[in-house]
Amino acid sequence: MIWQLDLVLLILVVFCAVAAITVKDLLSATIIFSAYSFLMCLLWAEMGAVDVAFTEATVGAGVSTIFFIAAIFRTTRRSKD
Amino acid sequence: MKISMQEARDRIPQRDIILETTVRLMVPFIQLYGLYVIVHGHYSPGGGFQGGVVLGASVILLALAFGLPASKEYLTEGTDIIMANVGALIFTGIAALCALLGGMFLDYSVLTKILPIDPISWRSHGIFLVEVGVGMGVMTIMVSIYWDMASAGRLDEGL
Repeated sequence: MIWQLDLVLLILVVFCAVAAITVKDLLSATIIFSAYSFLMCLLWAEMGAVDVAFTEATVGAGVSTIFFIAAIFRTTRRSKD
Repeated sequence: MKISMQEARDRIPQRDIILETTVRLMVPFIQLYGLYVIVHGHYSPGGGFQGGVVLGASVILLALAFGLPASKEYLTEGTDIIMANVGALIFTGIAALCALLGGMFLDYSVLTKILPIDPISWRSHGIFLVEVGVGMGVMTIMVSIYWDMASAGRLDEGL
């Protein structure tokens, strides 16, 4: 473990998390959430949990981003009710 | 230039030769990697779940590049349902078989009563059999979640 790298990754993770919930556009939030997942994957790998990092990279950064985008494309800009 | 979701959805899907060639070249290697992750899962990081997600992502990539109907020709809906159920049955079947033969749930060493090799190597091979089941189930369910989400449950056209 390198604590300087840990610190940089943690700051970036917190930055991405705050950005993902404050940004207005849903598509931007999804992409920032994907970046958050990838940074968490780097953090897991850096802390030695390679199996968790692998799951985070495949599910968190890969497939769940596609699912979010697929769900967002089925929404409309304004609600109809 | 920012376009709205409605405009993006109304656009006619255009065939792009760069995208299609790239996906056609990438998909076999992604699937080979997914199979490697599944069969090498008990020696290295990875396993049934991660390998299944990688295999499912390769079919989702096909659906993104060629459209949802093309991916349904590649992996038909019936095959998808059968593979998902067979995967779940492999996992629970082996686990229940261990319990029926007098061991604990998922205790592979009692499988020596069926095929007499030593219990230590049965533990290794039992994990492999279970992970094949998990990989099949996870791959097909990921693909069907994408199909349902991208087409709002109608399975006719995707993104």
